[in-house]
Amino acid sequence: MNLEFTNEELAFQEEVRSFFAEVVPKEWLTRVRAGLRLEPKELIAYQKALAERGWGAPNWPKEFGGTGWGPTQIYIFESEATRAGAPIQFHQGLELIGPIIFTYGSDEQKKRFLPGIINADDWWCQGYSEPGAGSDLASLKTTAAKDGDEYVLNGQKMWTSYAHVASHMFVLARTSNEEKRQQGISLLLVDMKTPGIQVKPIDTMDEKHHTNEVFLDDVRVPVNNLVGEEGRGWGYGKVLLDRERMVSAANAIHIQQVIDGARAAAERLIAGVPLYKTPTFSSKFAQLEIEATALKTMVLRLMADAAAGVDSGPRGSMVKLRWSELYQSAMGLWLEALGPEAAHFRGLENTQAPSDMPYAMQGALYSRVTSIYGGSSEIQRNIIARRALGL
Amino acid sequence: MNFDYSGEQQMLLDSVLRYGLDNWSADKRLACLKDLPSNVTKSWAEMADLGWLMLSIPEEEGGLGGTPVDVMALMEGIGRHLIPVPYVTSCVLVPALLSGTGETATEILEGIGLGNIRAAAGFLESEGGFDLNYVGLSAELSDNRWLLSGEKVHVEDGGDADWYVVSARTAGSIMDSDGISLFLISANSPGLKVENFRAVDGHTHSRLRLDNVNATLVGEKDQALMRIESAVDRAITAHVAEAVASMEMANAVTLDYLGTRRQFGVSIGSFQVLQHRAVDMAIAAEEARSMMLHATLNLNADPVTRKRAVSAAKTRVGQTGLYVAKQAVQLHGGVGTCDELIISHHLKRQMMLDTAYGQADYHRTRFANVS
Ligand SMILES: Cc1cc2nc3c(=O)[nH]c(=O)nc-3n(C[C@H](O)[C@H](O)[C@H](O)COP(=O)(O)OP(=O)(O)OC[C@H]3O[C@@H](n4cnc5c(N)ncnc54)[C@H](O)[C@@H]3O)c2cc1C
Repeated sequence: MNLEFTNEELAFQEEVRSFFAEVVPKEWLTRVRAGLRLEPKELIAYQKALAERGWGAPNWPKEFGGTGWGPTQIYIFESEATRAGAPIQFHQGLELIGPIIFTYGSDEQKKRFLPGIINADDWWCQGYSEPGAGSDLASLKTTAAKDGDEYVLNGQKMWTSYAHVASHMFVLARTSNEEKRQQGISLLLVDMKTPGIQVKPIDTMDEKHHTNEVFLDDVRVPVNNLVGEEGRGWGYGKVLLDRERMVSAANAIHIQQVIDGARAAAERLIAGVPLYKTPTFSSKFAQLEIEATALKTMVLRLMADAAAGVDSGPRGSMVKLRWSELYQSAMGLWLEALGPEAAHFRGLENTQAPSDMPYAMQGALYSRVTSIYGGSSEIQRNIIARRALGL
Repeated sequence: MNFDYSGEQQMLLDSVLRYGLDNWSADKRLACLKDLPSNVTKSWAEMADLGWLMLSIPEEEGGLGGTPVDVMALMEGIGRHLIPVPYVTSCVLVPALLSGTGETATEILEGIGLGNIRAAAGFLESEGGFDLNYVGLSAELSDNRWLLSGEKVHVEDGGDADWYVVSARTAGSIMDSDGISLFLISANSPGLKVENFRAVDGHTHSRLRLDNVNATLVGEKDQALMRIESAVDRAITAHVAEAVASMEMANAVTLDYLGTRRQFGVSIGSFQVLQHRAVDMAIAAEEARSMMLHATLNLNADPVTRKRAVSAAKTRVGQTGLYVAKQAVQLHGGVGTCDELIISHHLKRQMMLDTAYGQADYHRTRFANVS
């Protein structure tokens, strides 16, 4: 048992470090630290730079255009990204649909869609949730009726993040009504330019546009765009569950960026002394760092599981839970560091708000979402209770 | 012992609640926010007509001479419907600062009561955190006129003020309790630069930069700190009532949602973990309401008792308010984060109420050190 890197790994670390030093602009820093997504064009530029270097898909096997890296390399890569102020790669193509396509998709689908995910020529969004189907996803109502060599989609998707940017959407829809609700659900790949798709923005409390309602009205999708078998779409989500531990791991490694953001905000002087040196603040800050250390080590164990090809049990859920809690408390501390100026969200009439605004506030508000999406904290606890504790 | 509102106080609360429901209820709010300044102005004028703006102004100065409990009743209505008017600043804080200090002040108070004037107060300076005695803004007497220079980093609700009351240093050095005086300056004074900011809750705050601004001394020279602290405690206590009412509303809305939202074929309120959460939220609101009463009923006590009561309430209501609002969002799931539902607006207001005049850390320290 040890925590050291080999010489080879250290050399890799150097290589990654110098790459990031070149491709990460300084203007991204505050937004990245606040856990906010960059603008689509910035994320696309970043993904293209990675793809050019051959690192577009750190978590994918080589045969599909990935790096084929093992967990240590992935860990080094994400840690260096974190250090350099790089964002998390947009995950809906890379971590969600990509792996499903290379596991269950047809050869034609692999050829058509995988390269576009890696080089960011395509942008994928996830059309799963519906107004009536959130935590209880299996109650989804969107239908896909077969008509010749097409499926005809009807229904409404909700919370479809970045549908306003996406070129494609992967959709869960009902192709038949079965006794068991999880059966009869199919996974379809939809071109967003198809007639009948209407995207309406959802205004959120952080005043940043990330998510949408998507209305599907007789949207015709070629049967070739069905992934795997009809009616088996629900099961393909299982790959996701397994992959999601990697998303959680990456998020958890990047938590250091939020902590750095709070720390930078706490350089503000209070009667000549930096805030982070005052007893109450430094003690709270230490608490945060201690919890982040625990999280980081949990991530290392998760990645070791992945390396050994063993089931992580509830570890993925635990990391997701703790990451969201830490992100929320770190943003709380960041706002506290702003003192009275936390109320200066946006300057009016060309007035300059504090340099970390509006991002610090947007991050604090956005952080609330992380205990709701991707399986809410309550649902994660249910999973841990059931799967790990046998309750 | 009696924690009931009088008949008149209850009527006041009921009428503010009705006003809030008619004008700022969840379904009208989004439209109102689209043109916030003009809707705030409209509400302000209507509140003036209803006599609410003069509630805490002494009778001798054209007001109703209302008590802390009267103010509490009114604030409950404002908090329940999140009416984003600068009431606490203009109608609680400023009257407490100005009353009994002379003619100029009386004129302004009369104007405030009638809705013709809005005023705000600036104490905080950069590097001073929330310390009211951290005053570096200078006041120099020249040709019998006071000239003020320096900066106030945050003026709560300063955005639309016609007048500012600011603290300035007339003797001693930057953190001394003595040597602080209060001054009145008009918003359009030469040498005054007002920079405005929008907060997430719809309130507008300012930063002031003063360069030899002509000012009128109000109250006793060098000895303003006690008056400032007492006035700020009144503002905090009014905010506390607003926060408590907002918590209770957020709880009511959430409880309703737990009953109507169905997942897995049942209402989500049937999940025990959510029931317990709702119970904790109810306990938090109960605790906060108790703290609100504790602070309000000690507002006219001796300064030590008052400060401890107010700081205790500020600490605990800040904590429980954030807890309730965050959990209210959580229990709503995704819709809790969208603008369309009122819940996210309660969270944003709670965050800002917690920030105003210092969070828990600041008030815990003040509570511990009061003597
Ligand atoms: C900003 C944002 C972006 C999103 N992006 C996407 C996206 O791109 N694609 C997509 O498909 N979806 C997306 N989602 C949807 C997200 O996955 C859902 O919000 C989530 O699954 C929760 O569903 P819900 O919002 O309907 O809440 P509900 O399921 O209605 O939950 C309400 C509350 O009940 C609790 N609850 C529910 N069931 C149980 C239970 N069995 N036991 C205990 N408590 C329970 C929940 O934890 C929550 O507190 C996004 C959501 C948000 C807010």
